[in-house]
Amino acid sequence: MIPVEILVIGGGPAGLCAAVQAAEMGSKVLIVDRNNTLGGQLVKQTHMFFGSEKQYASTRGFDIANILLDKIDKMKNVEIMRKATVLAIYEDGVVSLEHKDKYIKIKPKAIVVATGASEKNLAFPNNDLPGIYGAGAVQTLMNEYGVKPGNRVLMIGAGNIGLIVSYQLIQAGVRVEAIVEAAPTIGGYLVHASKVRRMGVPILTGYSIKEAYGTDSLESAAIWKLDENWRGIPGTEKKLNVDVICISVGLSPLSELLWQAGCQMKYIHELGGFVPVRDTNLHSSVKGLFVAGDVAGVEEASSAMVEGYIAGMSAAAYLGYKLYNMKLVKEDLMNQLDSLRHGPVGEKIRRGISNLTIEHEAAASVDAL
Amino acid sequence: MKESIIICRCSDLTQQDIRDLINEGYTTFDEIKRISRVGMGPCQGRTCLPLVLKEISIAIGIPMSDLSPGTFRPPVKSIKLEALTEEAIEGGESYLE
Repeated sequence: MIPVEILVIGGGPAGLCAAVQAAEMGSKVLIVDRNNTLGGQLVKQTHMFFGSEKQYASTRGFDIANILLDKIDKMKNVEIMRKATVLAIYEDGVVSLEHKDKYIKIKPKAIVVATGASEKNLAFPNNDLPGIYGAGAVQTLMNEYGVKPGNRVLMIGAGNIGLIVSYQLIQAGVRVEAIVEAAPTIGGYLVHASKVRRMGVPILTGYSIKEAYGTDSLESAAIWKLDENWRGIPGTEKKLNVDVICISVGLSPLSELLWQAGCQMKYIHELGGFVPVRDTNLHSSVKGLFVAGDVAGVEEASSAMVEGYIAGMSAAAYLGYKLYNMKLVKEDLMNQLDSLRHGPVGEKIRRGISNLTIEHEAAASVDAL
Repeated sequence: MKESIIICRCSDLTQQDIRDLINEGYTTFDEIKRISRVGMGPCQGRTCLPLVLKEISIAIGIPMSDLSPGTFRPPVKSIKLEALTEEAIEGGESYLE
């Protein structure tokens, strides 16, 4: 059994920031990530971020990952285990993982779970034809591996991921035939929507996919208009010649480790599914287990980073580490989250989170110091 | 023509397969899992679970928030038996030191 002070599961934006903050307060941190390259989904984000300077606005996603990794590189009390997948968190706090074909057990004093989220799938006829991908998967193929997914794309979903990946497909020389969105309005930022519209891509709201066609792989697709009960209206079908369909209908938190650990979970639609209840320090209902990023509720990389700092600080404080101005730092981080969660989408997220908040005894938490 | 709306890619289960099981009275994710192997493949439910819960929710009229996603047993991904036996014999090596 390997003793570890703070175990951070997942080296994406939330996990990296949690490690930075916890290590800055003097604790020893181990980050485990299943990939060889850390940074999570940041590594394929070629666009510049919004938010404020504190979340590296106007910096491209992959550059943000490098900034955080450089910082961690200089810290002597952070260790990184790459290509390591956590397999379980047991009730007694033991964590098992697979690394280089070995089965390893770890006993951390505190855990930050920052496992992120996975892409949701959609049920429609022939949805298993080759050529039908998650939008994030296509982004990985293009931006990380330099593989062009096809030539003509139908994008399903006009949230930020659908819009940004559409733009990046066009940049890569791929034609985007249409973006369909089942909801009556575009979910993503208008800046992104206007950009792809200016490039001639129609965004059809109130539309969804009816069926995909093809023998060995995708050859075409039919879309149709939806009525107010989200059912397709016969006679409104349009056929599109596409060899790629990207599904971008939301993310689902990767929360199985939290269930295993015994965290109290709640289904919050606005946050992507089942998410852990927590206090404002991101302490879950299980003592010593903290959460940050998409696993705690699907949002964006910017808020994941801020949550990471909060969870890292809380985990270190839980073990007795201090910062002279901890209360001020926490206040500033909470304010950053508030300003990231403005507008109609942010309002929904705030409402979702307010249904999740619990109070812990103040002992050994940020608030007590 | 065979129905082609795939819900579970790992065990090749269609929407109709899931609907038939719900009609037969299997109305929780765990029950459907035990009878059909849905959620027991490499994805461990990460792809199919939300889709199956949605089917259950519509069929029996209970909101998603009141449905149970079932039990998440370790390990969350497949691991070679060799690794487990090695660990058992060696009693857990001191890995980081």
